[in-house]
Amino acid sequence: MRRNGPLALVFHAIFVAFILAPIVVVCAVAFTPEGYLSLPTKGFSLRWFKAILDYPEFLRAFRDSLWLAALSSTIAIGLAVPAALAIARYRFIGREAITALFLSPLMIPHVVLGIAFLRFFSQIGLSGSFLGLVLSHIIVVLPFALRLVLASSYGIDQRIEHAAISLGASSFVTFRRVTLPLIMPGVVSGWVLAFINSFDEVTMTVFIASPSTTTLPVRLFLYIQDNIDPLVSSISASLILMTAVVMIVLDRLFGLDRLFLGSAKS
Amino acid sequence: MSYLALERLTKAYGGVLAVEALDLTVARGEFISLLGPSGCGKTTTLQMIAGFVEPTSGRAMLNGTDLFGVQPNKRGLGVVFQSYALFPHVTVAENVAFGLEMRGVPRAEREQRVKQTLDLVGLSGLADRYPRRMSGGQQQRVALARALVIQPAILLLDEPLSNLDAKLREEMQTELRAIQRSVGTTTILVTHDQGEAMALSDRIVIMNKGRVEQIARPDEAYARPASAFVANFLGKTNTLPAKVVNEGGRHVVDIAGFRLPAPGRSPAGPVTVTVRPERISFVDDSALGVRGRVQSRVFQGTHWLFHIETELGALIVLRQNDGAAVPLEGQDVCLAWGENDLLIEASRGV
Amino acid sequence: MTVNPKLTPLLLSGPALLVFIGLVISPLVMTALLSFYDWGQYKGIVAEFTIKNWHEVIADGYYYEIFGRTLRIALFVTLITVLIGVPEAYILNRMTPRWRGVFLLVVIGPLLISVVARTLGWALLFGSTGLISQALLALGIAREPVDLMFTETGVVIALTHVLVPFMVLAVMAALQRLNPDVENAAMSLGASAFTVWRRVVLPQIVPGILSGSVIVFALAASAFATPAIIGGRRLKVAATLAYDEFLNTLNWPLGAAIAMILLVALVAIIVGSNRLIERRYAQVFE
Ligand SMILES: Nc1ncnc2c1ncn2[C@@H]1O[C@H](COP(=O)(O)OP(=O)(O)OP(=O)(O)O)[C@@H](O)[C@H]1O
Ligand SMILES: [Mg+2]
Repeated sequence: MRRNGPLALVFHAIFVAFILAPIVVVCAVAFTPEGYLSLPTKGFSLRWFKAILDYPEFLRAFRDSLWLAALSSTIAIGLAVPAALAIARYRFIGREAITALFLSPLMIPHVVLGIAFLRFFSQIGLSGSFLGLVLSHIIVVLPFALRLVLASSYGIDQRIEHAAISLGASSFVTFRRVTLPLIMPGVVSGWVLAFINSFDEVTMTVFIASPSTTTLPVRLFLYIQDNIDPLVSSISASLILMTAVVMIVLDRLFGLDRLFLGSAKS
Repeated sequence: MSYLALERLTKAYGGVLAVEALDLTVARGEFISLLGPSGCGKTTTLQMIAGFVEPTSGRAMLNGTDLFGVQPNKRGLGVVFQSYALFPHVTVAENVAFGLEMRGVPRAEREQRVKQTLDLVGLSGLADRYPRRMSGGQQQRVALARALVIQPAILLLDEPLSNLDAKLREEMQTELRAIQRSVGTTTILVTHDQGEAMALSDRIVIMNKGRVEQIARPDEAYARPASAFVANFLGKTNTLPAKVVNEGGRHVVDIAGFRLPAPGRSPAGPVTVTVRPERISFVDDSALGVRGRVQSRVFQGTHWLFHIETELGALIVLRQNDGAAVPLEGQDVCLAWGENDLLIEASRGV
Repeated sequence: MTVNPKLTPLLLSGPALLVFIGLVISPLVMTALLSFYDWGQYKGIVAEFTIKNWHEVIADGYYYEIFGRTLRIALFVTLITVLIGVPEAYILNRMTPRWRGVFLLVVIGPLLISVVARTLGWALLFGSTGLISQALLALGIAREPVDLMFTETGVVIALTHVLVPFMVLAVMAALQRLNPDVENAAMSLGASAFTVWRRVVLPQIVPGILSGSVIVFALAASAFATPAIIGGRRLKVAATLAYDEFLNTLNWPLGAAIAMILLVALVAIIVGSNRLIERRYAQVFE
């Protein structure tokens, strides 16, 4: 009895078309055999995918993006796990303030963060450096890592840890053998979400990247500002394809709705 | 003439039959309970009547009209859900008024009927509360008031009392019965609590694995259960494997060598015999009875509960605590019962 | 080794706290200070206190127009995401788990795709020779080619696309907290499907819609990549304006003032509306 009516399904179809339209168009244009932007009406060609190889700066940016995302999300999760345990386990003065501080990068517009980091790094002599990128990305991805680890640490019955301690485990052993395995799903999904957010970040990074150290989205963005040609389509299509694969893997591993709905609750 | 008639009502989920060919007729004003273990199809049956689950086959006639031809929002049935399903965003009074609003009842009459019904369920002071701010028993009464105020053709209750603690549950049972009597609404209650079903209903429908085992008055079902399942479900009982043999034209039950004349139309062959613990008595003459030894004796206030190891296997026996002396633990005893105390059922092929 | 248990939470959160003090608070404070510095075409940034940047941003009609446009775009985007995101979330929630899984992937999945790639798709669709223009011409809806590039409409459409998944997520979260029996109860009392939706479902998910709106509004008002690609230099919004001041004009103090205004306005709106939502619905939803 609780089924969607025909009207609802029509609405749904239009909605899905709206969501997919730009993504499909980008992928379609990437296969054009022509030298200009057009839909591949006269056959498909991979020439624009091959053309990516002639632009080493895009490949370099891609490699740097991967490193940046891996480093910043790993460091962020390393900071987030103990912080989440402190927030979930202990009642201490300033607990709420600390939580709000750690989640604040979600509320601060990324343009503002970009400007603040640009000013800050130029003052302390880090402007245009890879280290600067890593530091700034740690800040923007930490809230995502923290929220997912927090969600899984709130769920732990502390009596399980007390049981381990009563059986003679030291607090470090208890953490490694009991607590960590229990929060592991939160840690892994938190890391993944942090990685993706770092990899996709463009607004803040565009302020602090330099021509020699930049990320793929920033390079792409700056290129598009000057001209739009099938090359950006093929690069974007490659990105979309990669993301789709990651997405399906994530869906199998965690369930995409759990990953997002879990993080949508504060 | 029957008021509600369910005819071969069936629901299959995939290949699984949740409800199988259920036949039931309900008279106007009657209080019926659907009783059975978890997963036996009680909720599914109720939901089919209410219209939230589409039946696979079968009919339901209400007062001569086919219920399944009517949209669930036009059936005019009052439903009380296990979770109460109160509207959390409006007050108690607005919850109760909702059904009247849907029927276009004018405001003045609406307010008056809401007040009357809240009085009936004993909630007159709480009309402006929000449901989240109420106890389980109070929420349950709101749900009942909301269903009653529309003067439903039938009141459908799905385990309305299962979330309450034992004492409150008993109070609400008494109240529910009183309200039903005074309003006279035909009622179908789903429960897995046999005490509740027996206490409240005119008749009970005992279900097992989607099938009806027995439909009878509570005392009838208890005294003459149609199957070992019913006997077991309606209270403690002893179940023994036996066989019925023909001895010179007479049927005799043979329970591990202990023989008794078989009552009436007992089927020949392997059978299951059930005998209620309160029907077993202690006798002095060992020639007449089954010999055994008292393993344990538990005092339960109004009666004693014995576990007795006998020639036939372990049996439980209940003795009314009437002040008379009872056997001690470790004492040898002799047990007997009459042929009418036995329930004999052909063994389901195992 | 024994540690005073009172110090444990401090030790645990200490590293992250130090990083945040060093990398969030001090840059923001420095930027706030920067917005009060003087600047000249030839002298560059001078550490002299002045309120002329703030005065300029607040008093100059040019900036007024840009902030007004930013606000208008953000409001439209929020409104449209509510209008299309809420029904879509409801429809998704009613699907069988298998279909819901598939379409969640389609609807939410784009959040994982780089916003540059998604916006590029709209840039390809919007031009006067793009598919939208061709379709409108072919259907006879438009007489001349329709160019949505560098228009507010274009920015609103693309931003809606980028942000509507957040609305769907927020509303889905609210819908999943509903007791499905409540809808059945309303129906058994005689309500039609539409009445059930309007009187029973909608009022219960309003907090979800509002918190989704706050997220969408904040992200739309501070969006950068999408308005930069679709709106270009001609159609500036607050974020692209700050970018130009910093990286083209090189007037950092003015850019810092713009950034500070954006920050203060958004934080005020977010915190204020969250407070309001909590207070308004505390009585009904614990
Ligand atoms: N939507 C469904 N899809 C598939 N199977 C279902 C569905 N709903 C119920 N069933 C199955 O139908 C059978 C009967 O379920 P029903 O809910 O009617 O049991 P019940 O008697 O009300 O049990 P309980 O006392 O636990 O509430 C169960 O085996 C159940 O697993
Ligand atoms: Mg049930």
